[in-house]
Amino acid sequence: MQTFGQQLINGLSLGSIYALLALGYTMVYGIIKLINFAHGDIYMLGAFWGYYVINQLHFNFIWAMLSAIVFCAILGVIIEYFAYRPLRHSPRITALITAIGVSFLLENGMTYLFTANTRSFPQVIKTVTYHLGGLRISNIQLLILGTACLLMLLLELIIKRTKMGRAMRAVSVDPEAAQLVGINLNHTISFTFALGSAMAGAAGVLIGLYYNSIDPLMGMTPGIKAFVAAVIGGIGSVPGASVGGFLIGLLETGVQAIGLSAYKDAVVYFVLIVILLVLPAGIFGKKTKEKV
Amino acid sequence: MKANFKYNIFWLAVMIIGFVAIDACEFLGIINAFIENMLVTIGINIILATGLNLIIGFSGQFSLGHAGFMAIGAYATGIMTQTIATPLGFYLSMVVGIVIAMIAALIVGIPTLRLRGDYLAIATMGAAEIIRILINNLKITNGAAGLFNIPPLVTWATVYVLMCLTTIVTVNFIHSRNGRAIMSVREDEIAAEAMGINPTRWKLAAFVFGAGTAAIGGSLHAAYIQTIAPGDFNIMASIAILIIVVLGGVGSITGTFVAAIVLGALDTILQNFGTLRMIIYSLALILIMIFKPSGLLGNWELSFKRLGTHQRKEQSIHE
Repeated sequence: MQTFGQQLINGLSLGSIYALLALGYTMVYGIIKLINFAHGDIYMLGAFWGYYVINQLHFNFIWAMLSAIVFCAILGVIIEYFAYRPLRHSPRITALITAIGVSFLLENGMTYLFTANTRSFPQVIKTVTYHLGGLRISNIQLLILGTACLLMLLLELIIKRTKMGRAMRAVSVDPEAAQLVGINLNHTISFTFALGSAMAGAAGVLIGLYYNSIDPLMGMTPGIKAFVAAVIGGIGSVPGASVGGFLIGLLETGVQAIGLSAYKDAVVYFVLIVILLVLPAGIFGKKTKEKV
Repeated sequence: MKANFKYNIFWLAVMIIGFVAIDACEFLGIINAFIENMLVTIGINIILATGLNLIIGFSGQFSLGHAGFMAIGAYATGIMTQTIATPLGFYLSMVVGIVIAMIAALIVGIPTLRLRGDYLAIATMGAAEIIRILINNLKITNGAAGLFNIPPLVTWATVYVLMCLTTIVTVNFIHSRNGRAIMSVREDEIAAEAMGINPTRWKLAAFVFGAGTAAIGGSLHAAYIQTIAPGDFNIMASIAILIIVVLGGVGSITGTFVAAIVLGALDTILQNFGTLRMIIYSLALILIMIFKPSGLLGNWELSFKRLGTHQRKEQSIHE
C-alpha cells in the first residue's frame, strides 16, 4: 500500500509534465491538424532559458518560470510564422516533414551553440522532503503538481471564457465558417501556438528542477510520449490531453515499480495500440460518422 | 506483365549500363572507399524508401514504423551469418528476415490498418518501438550492445543488384491488377469497396510487401556495416526513410531515387562541416518543403512507355 501510494505520487508528478506537453500537441493538432514534432524541443528551450536566467541574471523561480513562458510563447509564434504558415494549404505530410526539420534545427542548433553535454540545472528551490504516513513527498513534486494544475485550469478558462478561446474553438470546428463570421484565422492560429508553447516552456523549467539535468536532446523522448498521451486522450480534446498525460505518467512509474523498467516504453506503446483499437478516436475523442 | 515486357527490358538495359559504369569507375580508381560507402548507403536507402513509398504513396497508409521491420531483417542476418558465414548463409538469412518481417507486418497490420491517417502513423510507430525494445532486451540479440563482427558478405554489387531487383518487382507490382486495386483504395475506400475490392486485404498486402523490402534493406545494412545495435532502428531511423519518400514526392518511385541520391550526396558533402552539418541539413529540409511542397518530383514518373507513346503521337501528327 505504501509503495503504491509512493508510486502514485511519483507517477502524478511525472504525468503532469506529460500533460502540460500533451496540451500543446492537442491544441495545435485540433486547430491545424499538424503533429508539431518541434514541440518537445520548445520544452527543451524552455529548460535552457530557465538555466540561463537563473545562472546569469539570478532570477528567482517565479520570474524564471514566467520569463520562460513568455520566451517560449514568442518562439512558438515565430516558428509558426516562418515554417508552418507557408504550408497551410499543402499536403499534411509536407507540413509534418517541415515540423521534423524544425525539430532537427532546434536540437542541432542548441548542440552547436551549447555542446551536447548534460548540464545541471541550478537548484533555486531547496528540496525539502515531507514524510506523510510513510510516504515521501518533496516540495518540488508538490510544486510541479500545483503549477501544472494551475496552468491547466487557466488554459481551460482561456479556452472556455475568453473571446480568443471561443475563436480557437470555432476555427478547430470549421476554419472557413469561422472566417466568415469575422475571425482572423492567422491571429487565432498564432495565439494557439503561443498558448501551447507557453505550457511547454513551463514544463521545461519544472522538469529542470525535478530531474536536475538538461541537455539539447532532452525534448525528443518526452515529446513523443506526450504526443502518445494526447492521442490516448483523444487528440484535439483539452481534458483528454491532461488525462492522457497523467495516465502515461502513472503507467510508466507503475511498470517501473513492478520491476519491468526495461519494458516501460513498450508497455506505453502497447497500451496506446490497445486503446486505439478499442476507441479509435482516443478516450475523449469525437466520434465522427462516416458519410457515404 | 507481358505488356510491360518491352519496358522491363529497357530498364534492365539501363540497370546493366549503370552497373558497368560503376564497375568501370571502380576499376579506374575514380570511386574510392569513401564514395563506395556513400553509394551503398544510397542503394540501401533506395530499397527502404521504395517499400515505404509503396505503403504511403500508393496505398495511402501513413506508416511510421519502417525501421522496426528493417531491424528484423538486420538481426536475422546478424544472428544467422555468425554461424553460417557463407554467401549462401547470407541469402538464407535474408529470406528468413523477410519471412519474419512479413509475419510481424501481418500481426501489426491486421488490427492497426483499420485506423486512419495520423492514428495509424502513431500506432505503427508504437509497434516498431515495441519490436526495438524487444530486441533491446532479448539474449539472442545481445541486448543494447548489439551485434558486431558480422561477416562482410555484401559488396556494392550485391546491393546494386538487389536494389534493381526490388525496384523491378515493386514497380511491376504497382502496375499490375493488384497495384491498381491498391491505388483505388487510396483514392476512395468506399468506391473501391463498391467495385468489389476488399480494402483491408489490399492495404495489408501493400503493408506486408513494404515490410519485406524493409527487411532486405536491413539485411544488407547489417552485412555491409557489420555492426548493428537496437538504437540504429529507432523512430529517427523511420523518420529518415520517411524524409526520403516525402522529399522525392509521395507516389513517385523516380522521386525516391532522386531524393535518396541527393540526400546521400548532401550528407557526404556536409561531412566536412562537422557539427554544422545537421543544421545545414535541417535548414535544407525546411526550405525544400516550403518552396516545393509536393516534393522534388511530385508524382511525376520517368517512364519509357510515356516517351514511346509521346513519340508515336508526334509521328501520327506528322503523318
